[in-house]
Amino acid sequence: MNIHVAKGDIATRTIAIIDQLKHLEGPLLPILHEIQDEFGYVPQEALPVIANELNLSRAEVHGVVSFYHDYRDHPAGRHVLKLCRAEACQSMGGDALAERVKVLLGVDWHGTTPDGAITLEPVFCLGLCSCSPSAMMDGEVHGRVDAADLEALISEARR
Amino acid sequence: MTVRIYVPCDAAALALGAERVAKAIAEQIAARGLDAKIVRNGSRGMHWLEPLVEVEVSGKRIGYGPVKVKDVVSLFDAGLATGGGHPLCLGEVAELPFLKRQTRLTFARCGITDPLSLDDYEAHGGLAGLRRAVSMLPTDVVKEVTDSGLRGRGGAGFPTGIKWKTVLDAPGERKYIVCNADEGDSGTFADRMIMEGDPFVLIEGMAIAGLATGATKGFIYTRSEYPHAIAAMSRAIDIARSAGILGTSVLGSGKTFDMEVRTGAGAYVCGEETALLNSLEGKRGIVRAKPPLPAHKGLFDCPTVINNVISLASVPVIMDKGAAYYRDFGLGRSRGTIPIQIAGNVKHSGLFETAFGISLGELIDDIAGGTASGRPVKAVQVGGPLGAYFPRALFDTPFDYESFAAKDGLIGHAGIVVFDESADMLKQARFAMEFCAVESCGKCTPCRIGSTRGVETADKIARGIEPEKNRELLADLCNTMKFGSLCALGGFTPYPVMSAMTHFPEDFVPTPLIEAAE
Repeated sequence: MNIHVAKGDIATRTIAIIDQLKHLEGPLLPILHEIQDEFGYVPQEALPVIANELNLSRAEVHGVVSFYHDYRDHPAGRHVLKLCRAEACQSMGGDALAERVKVLLGVDWHGTTPDGAITLEPVFCLGLCSCSPSAMMDGEVHGRVDAADLEALISEARR
Repeated sequence: MTVRIYVPCDAAALALGAERVAKAIAEQIAARGLDAKIVRNGSRGMHWLEPLVEVEVSGKRIGYGPVKVKDVVSLFDAGLATGGGHPLCLGEVAELPFLKRQTRLTFARCGITDPLSLDDYEAHGGLAGLRRAVSMLPTDVVKEVTDSGLRGRGGAGFPTGIKWKTVLDAPGERKYIVCNADEGDSGTFADRMIMEGDPFVLIEGMAIAGLATGATKGFIYTRSEYPHAIAAMSRAIDIARSAGILGTSVLGSGKTFDMEVRTGAGAYVCGEETALLNSLEGKRGIVRAKPPLPAHKGLFDCPTVINNVISLASVPVIMDKGAAYYRDFGLGRSRGTIPIQIAGNVKHSGLFETAFGISLGELIDDIAGGTASGRPVKAVQVGGPLGAYFPRALFDTPFDYESFAAKDGLIGHAGIVVFDESADMLKQARFAMEFCAVESCGKCTPCRIGSTRGVETADKIARGIEPEKNRELLADLCNTMKFGSLCALGGFTPYPVMSAMTHFPEDFVPTPLIEAAE
């Protein structure tokens, strides 16, 4: 994930992504997903480019980007740890586990550790309710996690 | 003959280490020079046994589980490849009570086949429904689905055939089939399991819907939290297209139907059908006022069938075996089977497909074996974050749409989350309001503002600030949200809140200890 990109570069790469996807019906979300994959977030500089290419207003594009929880307006840490906060995980001690992790990382929800290693995100259900509490580290799923499991995942990510 | 060893690729199995187990098994096969191959199947739905490794021995599947990497060497020493005895051996998987007691129609193949093998799919009855639909008139296909009594498995319970009929009769050059796979409810994972474990059944169901209504394009809108489902579905669609199941001539019929997978972006409200349509169009996931119905003006203002994954995945078996076969299961107006998802603090968690009518108590105490913690069950939430909390006193409720509605609850997407006695129901009620506040699309006031006021009011009760007055206020607020909200998010948030307050009043009385500590 390259988080140091020059401004002109963002526009060029954004246009390349749009060119690939604008033939789709309702292309905006696929484009935004691809942009976030490319840059690690949705850069402000990309918004007017998208608006122009899709014949939308900047306000419309901003409205969409800011509506969805997934899109970031700044880069995340090198790793993203998502902890499920929903009811099934609560029933298996998810809340207490989340508090432990917050203390361990020294950040609150959506925060990134000072070393830039880990961003902590809440997620409302990973569909792993039958093996609660559950977590996802960079797209990899973990079920029936306890504090020791998460500590191991975190120290692995920090290496 | 090559021995087939099955290691699931379902996300729940992966979350419990299936990938590492598969790797260890591959190493042992190589090291011992065995004539064996690993098949990555879906999950059988017995998640307390995952990773569940199976081996095929003279036509029977012998299971071992839950298998950890450290068990693999000893499993091979014990003769895993020939179904040898081992402390983890479960015997023949199909004979395990949890599976044997089920009626698997929609999930007939899930966990048995390689999800991406079309040969497996056809060998286990796949495509028979679509073949029959191809030879029928659209009106007859719609009639078959209507006669089966199938109702929307997303939770609303609207008759699927009637929805299809409306789209068939709607004039329009272009029509769509949209599959709602935005399975955001806590305690539910049936959609995910089908997409990962038997993706062709969903493709087949959508293709039948297309033929029946004259729609030529389908979308599966699923969640970014489901990367494995997205990958499996996308690959299955490519395979189906290459095999002529999708494309310009579905199974040589000359009729067009194609589809693609779209990924949401973490907004729960997009599980509401009109918000989902807006999201597919590339807009904010804001709820639309109805009418117009999506069946008349849906995606891009075209007539659109929007159905849940399980509704669509149940269509192939209906078309294959006939409406009467399906309708004969169930009771009252709830016909057929329902894949119930048992989750949370429970011993035997997983997916249990059965005819409607089983009691909640039988599910929790008997099939699920009570809590994982071993402590008494305090409450079960049925139907996701917008579903009611039921106490033990309501465990005699039969699992069907009407019986749950009669007890001020809902079955929703048929997810059950079990809580033991340590649950604090005031906290759960507050969470329901908090969740609604976080996920509200903001269009209507009762949901947007009501949920925030609800959190504040719950906090006041917890702090002992005028508790009686605030309990009344919370009930009044729930009433406003229930009747004044545009969609089920604001409209159903009162279910968990009010059920918690009604059935567990003791949790809404602040303890003097907390007051003193303030």
